[in-house]
Amino acid sequence: MDMLDLPLIWAFLIATAILIYVILDGFDLGIGILFPFLRRDKDRDLAMNTVAPVWDGNETWLILGGGGLFATFPLAYAVLMPALYAPVIAMLMGLIFRGVAFEFRWRSENHRGHWDFAFTAGSIVAAFCQGIALGAFVQGIEVSGRAYAGGWWDWLTPFSLLTGIALVIGYALLGATWLVMKTDGPLRAQAARFAGITGIGTVLFIVIISLATLSLDPRFMDAWLSTPAIYYTAPVPLAVAGATFWLWRSLRGGTDIEPFLAAITLFILSFIGLGISLFPNIVPLEITIWDAAAPDESLGFLMVGTVVLLPIILAYTAYAYWIFRGKVKSSEGYH
Amino acid sequence: MLDYFTAEMLARAQFAFTVAFHIIFPAFTIGLASYLAVLEALWLKTGDDNYLVTFKYWVKIFAVTFGMGVVSGLVMSYQFGTNWAVFSDKAGPVIGPLLGYEVLSAFFLEAGFLGIMLFGMQRVGRKLHFAATLMVAFGTLFSAFWILSVNSWMQTPAGYAINEAGQYVAADWWAVVFNPSFPYRLVHMVLAAYLTTAFVVGGVGAWHLLKDRDNRPARIMFSMALWMAAIVAPIQILAGDMHGLNTLEHQPQKVAAMEGHYETEKGVPFILFGIPNDAEERMDYAIKIPYATSLILTHELDGEVKGLKDWPRSERPPVGIVFYAFRIMVGLGLLMAGLGLWGLWARARGKLYDSPLLKKAAVVMGPAGFIAVLAGWVVTEVGRQPYTIYGLLRTADSISPLGAPAVATSLAVFAIVYFTVFGTGVVYILRLMRLTPGATTEGPQAGQPALPAGTTPVAAYLETTRDKPAE
Repeated sequence: MDMLDLPLIWAFLIATAILIYVILDGFDLGIGILFPFLRRDKDRDLAMNTVAPVWDGNETWLILGGGGLFATFPLAYAVLMPALYAPVIAMLMGLIFRGVAFEFRWRSENHRGHWDFAFTAGSIVAAFCQGIALGAFVQGIEVSGRAYAGGWWDWLTPFSLLTGIALVIGYALLGATWLVMKTDGPLRAQAARFAGITGIGTVLFIVIISLATLSLDPRFMDAWLSTPAIYYTAPVPLAVAGATFWLWRSLRGGTDIEPFLAAITLFILSFIGLGISLFPNIVPLEITIWDAAAPDESLGFLMVGTVVLLPIILAYTAYAYWIFRGKVKSSEGYH
Repeated sequence: MLDYFTAEMLARAQFAFTVAFHIIFPAFTIGLASYLAVLEALWLKTGDDNYLVTFKYWVKIFAVTFGMGVVSGLVMSYQFGTNWAVFSDKAGPVIGPLLGYEVLSAFFLEAGFLGIMLFGMQRVGRKLHFAATLMVAFGTLFSAFWILSVNSWMQTPAGYAINEAGQYVAADWWAVVFNPSFPYRLVHMVLAAYLTTAFVVGGVGAWHLLKDRDNRPARIMFSMALWMAAIVAPIQILAGDMHGLNTLEHQPQKVAAMEGHYETEKGVPFILFGIPNDAEERMDYAIKIPYATSLILTHELDGEVKGLKDWPRSERPPVGIVFYAFRIMVGLGLLMAGLGLWGLWARARGKLYDSPLLKKAAVVMGPAGFIAVLAGWVVTEVGRQPYTIYGLLRTADSISPLGAPAVATSLAVFAIVYFTVFGTGVVYILRLMRLTPGATTEGPQAGQPALPAGTTPVAAYLETTRDKPAE
């Protein structure tokens, strides 16, 4: 395995895990964000049942992101976690509330309203904090030696607030298009309207944040606009325009799966854009992939199992989604 | 006193608090997942619907517990980095990949098949559903395998080297994974999880039998649980003894703290109870069993056992906590074995379901496993102090560059959130346990929608499975 650039491969794998997380948990967090706008209790029950069988598989990708970073880039993990302390803790709290709400809301008729609120508030807090963490990450982390050297509040800036709001809206778009795909009747129609609104919001924020990122540091400007880089980067914004058009058209008439795919495409493109800005740093502007990587013995040891296990995981995850495919009917659910 | 609230103490308190809350859930779900698999297997084999009713009864409790386990475990996977950054940087190359394997081989398996197990009976049929239940059960066991390997490596590090950046790196992965204390700890913990579940199941069954001694699902629970107690509790005592001997070999000062001995002596008595006086380095008000400690630890009446004074104070774990927690764990273990024997005796006389006293004892002992598990973890983790990686990395040198106020704030948030959320969860679980098993089988007829979900639990589920006749 000496010929392989293991740190690079792992950086790619971890990034992929995080992207899968963002898409998968994105739509179920999105349903939490849209929850208060849905009719109680029938539509809310239905919306929740569309994600109930898959949500904790979705969240496992976040554990893989955290655990994988710890395993393969321990230095980055050790620097980023203290740097993003407050948003990470708040995100975890949000995920606790919305995660237990899946079961708790069925357990008590009287408290259902409370747990519906916890589901929404937890989802919004988690999405917002993930966005803030992303923004704080992109704008750079202060490092000295092998440790975080900034203050407690470095993560809080206008830029990180912007990315926080953007992610809440983006997740709402994923949730809305998921509901278009998974439901029928009035709920589907309502979800399509939400998809239109949040779609406009998402694209708007993609544009604003892209421009803001360029102005953060000249190195970002170089990564995108210098020649010959621009020949490789230009297709990304063009593809965003294409995906936006696809989303708009599919919402006005198309199969019910298309808006969801278009929304996912927007997320993938944004993620690629992020990669272009940050590569090859894993702690932006301070530590590269290779500096932060665990020794090859560790990367190789985990790689062997990953090569075997990851395809199996993807297969049974796909199988689980396949079993619960199609529009969800109100009579389903084990509760 | 104020000096006590350093960032280090607060970070330790936070980790102890969150991990103690967390361990309660997997300790229960590891055992419960296997129990559910056994129940479903019995149902498929015998066609007796009482097993299915019992399965449905516990699967709902499993779902609530598992949800809490997932979210409290998620916190753990980030807390290494937030509060123990130096430890993460140094130990990451060794224990990180093991945690990675836990996620890949266990968490995904559990989460991927849990949905099918909970919601998929109508969609996949009985056999595939049983396969899903088995996968969930395997997932919980794989998870135990990896996380206990990690923990054991921190207790008895092996197979490592140190690189130029000061990180621990693996020289021999086999030696890392199967480090000296791992096999003992794994067996001890998995048995503990099974016992914990058995006593919960037995307690719930007994409680319902006290109200209706003919309730068939309750009888199934009670009888199976008492078999487990009778068989597993004695094995656990044996496994615990072997684990203790292994600890004596690798972490003698932990054993000295467990025993509460300050002096190195021959023919050492076992201190049944006492009050450790750490300032004076002696045991006050000790009640002793002559020669017992020497006999247990060296298998000789006059064997020599090292006392805490053999190590400087800076190398000793806190004595009091370890000493008391050890007695709680062992005491509960003996009580569990006692209840198992009692059940065996009642069964032999053909009167398993007749003695109200036995049922009451089983109810009282219902939570015993949880307390024993927590006490056991306190023994092994506090006993590892003052190190995070035993003998290599001190706890004081492991923490993140965070101020005490930041850690204190997050600790307070954790405490409030955990008590609120998980406290409520426990209340909901107790409510589910209060439902009489099988009582709702007179619910709606087949074809009637089961909505609103949550109001007609067992019936709706039973009806849907009855639509498909047994093959």
